[in-house]
Amino acid sequence: MKPSDLASVWNVGTEHYLALSLMLFGIGLFGVINRRNLITILMSIELMLNAVNLNLVAFSYQRGDLLGQVFTMFTITVAAGEAAVGLGILLAMFRLRQTTRVDAAQELEG
Amino acid sequence: MSFLAGFLQENGAAILFYLFAGLSLAGAVGVVTWKSPMNGALSLLVTFLAVAALFLLRHAGFVGIVQIFVYGGGIMVLFLFVIMLVNLNRIEASERVWRQTPWALLLSLLFVGVVGVIARANWAGVSTAGSAERLRTFGGEVVGNPQALGQELFRHYLLPFEIASLFLLVAMIGAVVLGRRE
Repeated sequence: MKPSDLASVWNVGTEHYLALSLMLFGIGLFGVINRRNLITILMSIELMLNAVNLNLVAFSYQRGDLLGQVFTMFTITVAAGEAAVGLGILLAMFRLRQTTRVDAAQELEG
Repeated sequence: MSFLAGFLQENGAAILFYLFAGLSLAGAVGVVTWKSPMNGALSLLVTFLAVAALFLLRHAGFVGIVQIFVYGGGIMVLFLFVIMLVNLNRIEASERVWRQTPWALLLSLLFVGVVGVIARANWAGVSTAGSAERLRTFGGEVVGNPQALGQELFRHYLLPFEIASLFLLVAMIGAVVLGRRE
């Protein structure tokens, strides 16, 4: 490894945040596809939203522009509403079927 | 002692970034791998707090605090209450479907690879001319990040802000209606 490579790893910049955010988003996507428990799926969606917020804040810092942080506030608002409604749907589904497995609801399957 | 101070001055940002990045990734892996949703929720809390620290490292103080309040406080409590309400013992032990795990892994790695390539390809054209000082100034004087953010929000984005409050009202009514017993 050249010293310049080491310096680019050590000088944390926007691309580090982008890489971290991409990994977080990928893990969240994996959770949504892989898990069958609705609670865990909702938590994975929160992970993906957090990854997006990380990108917005990193670019806000890079450009010296507060717009990224303003948009992050709105994303957090939407995430809060999404969690409330999603967990309400989960409770309704649990009352109806006594389970939180998403593959228990397949009436629309062809 | 002064050597230590100098070392931290030089490398503190990178050390903190890698510390919290590792914590957030570990928490995220925990969310998708723990069998019990309770353990998953606590892993998620670790990720939320680590991401809040990463916001602070990018001079987004107010957003970091809001992240701790809303995610670490509100959303986490909501998750924990629902996990208690649905009575964990009745969730089937065979929750995972192993035959689709390789496909899920393949799809997410494909996604990460494609987006990674796109991000690298477009990187050269993005300007890096910004100054972090502008994140805490308003009208030419340094006022701190929360006030600067508030001025930006209420001067230029007042209508979206009001629409967000309307959205929260709709979400609240929706959650109440969905959670009500017939």
